[in-house]
Amino acid sequence: MKLNATQAVNWMIKTNEKIQKQSDYLSQLDRDIGDGDHGINMARGFQAVEDTLSNEEFAEVSDVLKKTATTIMSKVGGAAGPLYGTAFQKMAMTSKGTEVDSETFSNMVEAAVEGLKQRGKSEEGEKTMIDVWSPLHDALKETSEFDGEKIREIAHSSMESTKDMVATKGRAAYLKERSKGHLDPGSVSSYYVFEALSETLEKG
Amino acid sequence: MKKLINDSNDIISEMLEGIVSAYPDSMRQVEGTTCIVRKDAPVKNKVAVVSGGGSGHEPAHAGFVGKGMLDAAVAGEVFTSPTPDQVLEGIKATDDGSGVLLVIKNYTGDVMNYEMAAELAESEGINVEQVVVNDDVAVEDSSFTTGRRGVAGTVFVHKLAGAKAEAGGSLAEVKGVADNVIANVRSMGVALSPCIMPTTGEPGFELAEDEVEMGVGIHGEPGIETKKLTSADDIAEELTENVLPELELNASDEVAVMVNGMGATPEMELYVFNRKVQTILADKGIKVHETIVGEYMTSLEMAGCSLTVLKLDDELKELLDAPSKAPAFRK
Repeated sequence: MKLNATQAVNWMIKTNEKIQKQSDYLSQLDRDIGDGDHGINMARGFQAVEDTLSNEEFAEVSDVLKKTATTIMSKVGGAAGPLYGTAFQKMAMTSKGTEVDSETFSNMVEAAVEGLKQRGKSEEGEKTMIDVWSPLHDALKETSEFDGEKIREIAHSSMESTKDMVATKGRAAYLKERSKGHLDPGSVSSYYVFEALSETLEKG
Repeated sequence: MKKLINDSNDIISEMLEGIVSAYPDSMRQVEGTTCIVRKDAPVKNKVAVVSGGGSGHEPAHAGFVGKGMLDAAVAGEVFTSPTPDQVLEGIKATDDGSGVLLVIKNYTGDVMNYEMAAELAESEGINVEQVVVNDDVAVEDSSFTTGRRGVAGTVFVHKLAGAKAEAGGSLAEVKGVADNVIANVRSMGVALSPCIMPTTGEPGFELAEDEVEMGVGIHGEPGIETKKLTSADDIAEELTENVLPELELNASDEVAVMVNGMGATPEMELYVFNRKVQTILADKGIKVHETIVGEYMTSLEMAGCSLTVLKLDDELKELLDAPSKAPAFRK
């Protein structure tokens, strides 16, 4: 199973559908432990991604992801803008000129995790989106199958695992122990990204 | 939600238009951007001081644009850092080749977006330095956290670094002043009621009628402790006791004091609060060179205030006294 450019566009459109639908929920999660704008910012950014991608033709997956990255960087702002922008930029660079099969995708997610750590000066276990992206890479490198359902499952359980973490990065870190018991909003939006990928891989 | 707005999607652009039309002699908007720059930018042979951040802190940051203070203020969405491309526009519009100092408040998003903008500017051959303001003592400074937040003390960084740049300081000297201010400024805030996000219509946290949120930030995020409201004197005492220790003030030292309203606090209450602060400082024999009371770094319609104390040396004192044409900080 491989991901082609058309599917990559569908992946982003599906991601936008989910973000739009869950915008209030994401903002609510962010209000609990942050400043309450994650849903709004992501909805503004991914709507712009869909609008931009829908009007262009793309030769390869890398081009789709690069366009996504630059659009997010200029439309989202906050912490989510540079972080998602960096993640998509790294995935675009890693997939340049190659077909996106399971192995390439694993390398793409690995590069994204490295980019997130560098840009956010963060590591695993700090209650950030890295806690979804990093376990996903761990799972991907163990398999040669591009299995949508597996990706969704790992992303989902990883997202759930952020609930019991104490935030040490991002605005939630100011709450210290009070951040416990809440899902990390960036991990939840990351789950939507991978849930959308899973559906794209299954339905095309 | 009851707000004096048209469409919440148009708040930022309409606000910027309103600011520029209020002060057309001091500033202009860079076309197609959210950057407000000095009307005469780029100023010849002068280091540019560029700041900005999320909106909702007015008069910060655009109100501090003007001769003697900021060269550019870049506005983001409400409580959201501006994006790297916008910050880059602010840098490009104000650099005359003397270099640019970015004044960033210590938040994950702001630091990342400004860093990316600095990388972009450097790749275009512009000399850029950055300082990160982290004056909020409410938040512990530990290697395990993002560090302290930048709050109202940022206004002193704008003023003094801006004055140094105006006086012809080199990029290294302007950054040196900014570093010196950051090392010697401390703040802490309290909220009596939360603010309402115009985009969602929801408050950032809940407070009962008789409660205050201590150690509150400037983005409607909860503080570090919810407690019963007692009196202005009690709160002034608690904030002062938290702000002062790290400044290690001696009896002969001079300071500047800022009592900053968070957006919905009557000036009457700010003065009542200031009265107690001044008494405490006088009792300690600390000389107050200047006191500033008013709204400088707000959090939409949050009620409450913050206390900022800046320890002064001779240079900082001179720079604080220097003239400023910025509409929100005229001297």
